[in-house]
Amino acid sequence: MDFELSPEQKLILETVRRFVREEIVPLEADLDPDASELPPHHRERLVAMTKELGFYGLDIPEEYGGPGIDLTTRTLMAFEMAQHRAGLYAPCYGVFGGAGLAQLYEADDDQKERYLYPVLRGEKRGFFALTEPSGGSDPARAIRMTAVRDGDDWILDGEKTFISGADKADFGIVFARTDPELGRKGITCFLVDTDMPGFRVRRIVHTLRSTHYAAELEFNRVRVPGRNVLGEVNQGFAIANDRLSRNRIPYAAGCVGVALKAQEMAIAYAKTRKTFGDYLSTRQAVQWMIVDNEIDLRTARALTLEAAARADTGRPFRTEAAICKLVASEGASRVVDRAMQIHGGYGMTKDLPLERWYRELRIRRVGEGPNEIQRLIVARDVIGGSFH
Amino acid sequence: MTGVRLAKPWLDLDEAAIAALPGQLGIYEIADAKGGTLELGFAGGRSRFGLRSAIAEAAAKHESAARFRYEVTMQYWSRFEELLAVYLADHGELPPGNADRGEQRVGRLGAGRIAAAGR
Repeated sequence: MDFELSPEQKLILETVRRFVREEIVPLEADLDPDASELPPHHRERLVAMTKELGFYGLDIPEEYGGPGIDLTTRTLMAFEMAQHRAGLYAPCYGVFGGAGLAQLYEADDDQKERYLYPVLRGEKRGFFALTEPSGGSDPARAIRMTAVRDGDDWILDGEKTFISGADKADFGIVFARTDPELGRKGITCFLVDTDMPGFRVRRIVHTLRSTHYAAELEFNRVRVPGRNVLGEVNQGFAIANDRLSRNRIPYAAGCVGVALKAQEMAIAYAKTRKTFGDYLSTRQAVQWMIVDNEIDLRTARALTLEAAARADTGRPFRTEAAICKLVASEGASRVVDRAMQIHGGYGMTKDLPLERWYRELRIRRVGEGPNEIQRLIVARDVIGGSFH
Repeated sequence: MTGVRLAKPWLDLDEAAIAALPGQLGIYEIADAKGGTLELGFAGGRSRFGLRSAIAEAAAKHESAARFRYEVTMQYWSRFEELLAVYLADHGELPPGNADRGEQRVGRLGAGRIAAAGR
C-alpha cells in the first residue's frame, strides 16, 4: 500500500502536532500525572480552538455535523493526538469532541431526538454495557441479563461489569437476552435511562488505569418501554459486533501514538545520557532496543493504516482491524517497556509519562476484545470458520 | 449503595501525627472535632512528600480540622472519585472542601440521578 500523504493530510497533521505540543503538553506540567480531565476553563478554551480549526467532533458523520474527514486521515491524526501523558485513554483530553455512541446513529427518529442529539449537544452522556460477570469475550453466550416482554414494556434483570462512565451517565446502551434458545440471535439492545427504577451503580472497579475507572451495574426489574429497543428485537448482537470491529482501528492508533512518543523520548535520552564516558546511543545494547522499537512501530503503524484504508474504501476490514489491534497493543507495550529500560530509574517514576503508558497499555491487550479473540478472528478468516 | 467507604481509624491532627505519615501516595479525609467531614483529597504523583505533605497542606486550609484518616493506594484517583461519590450519595452534597468541584462532575453510586446535578 502507498501511504504517501496528500498535501491536505500533511497540513492537517502538522496542525494537530503543533496543537498537541504547544497547547496540551505544557498544561500537563501542572496536572496530576494520572489526570484525564483539564480544568474547565482550559477545556472551554481549547474546544473553541478545535471548533475554529474545523476539527471538532471528528468521528461524527458528516450528515450530523462532523467535519467529514476519512478514517485514514483520522487514524493519522489519532497517532498525533495520543502523543502526551494522558493520550492513550484521553487523547487531547477530549477537546476534539467525540462521536458519542456510534450505535445511536442507527436509532429511529424518536430515539435520535431523545438520545443522539442531546449527546451531540453535550447535554447527555451515555455508556455501553455489554460485558457481564459471566464474561465479555464471548458476549453471544455469556450474556445472562434477561429482558422479558410485559405488555408494551420489557423487564430487564441482571448485572454488567467493567462499564466505563456509567456512574456519570444519563442513559446506557444495554444488551440483554430476549430469547434463551437463539444464542447470538437472541440478544436485544435497549436504551436504559439511569433514573429508571431498579437501575443501580453497585461499585467502582479499581484497575491499573486510575482515571476512567469502570463500574459494576445492577438491573433489578428495570422496566424499559418498547420504544427504547434500539434496532430490531433479537438483532442486538450485530449492533454490538459492528461497534467492536470499528473501534479496534482507533484503539490501535492510540497505542501507536504513545509508542511513537516513547520512542522519540528514548532516542533523545540515549543521545544525551552518558555512561562509562560515552552516550547510551553508542552502546549496541541500546541501539538494538531502539531498532526493535522502530520495527514494532512501523509494523503497527502500517497495519493500522491498512485497516483504516480498507474501511474507507468499503472493503471488508474485520480481519485487518483484529490484526492491527493486537499488533499495536502488543508492539506498543514492548516499545514503552524498552523506553523505560533505556531511561533507567527515571523511567519508573511519575516524573515521566512512561509508567502511566506502561500500566494503561497492559489494559489494551484485554480491552475491546482480548488479543486471543483477535487471533481467533484471524484464524477463522485464514483457516476457515470450521477450522477444517 | 455499596461503594467502599473509608474504614481506617481516625487520628488526632497534630504535628507528631503528620510527621509520622508515610511519603506514599493515597487518599485522605479531614474532619472537625465532631466528625464532620471537611475535605476528601488525595496525595498524587506531584505531591512533594506524598500523604505527609498533602494532609498537612489540606489541614492548614480548615481552621476547625481536628482529625484525619488515610489510606495508602496507587489508585488514588479512582479511590478519591469513589469516596466523593459515596459521600454525595450519603449526604446529598459534597464536603465543604470539595464543593468547588461541582456535583455534576462526581459519579453517582446507588440508584437514580443526582438531583442537584442538573443533568
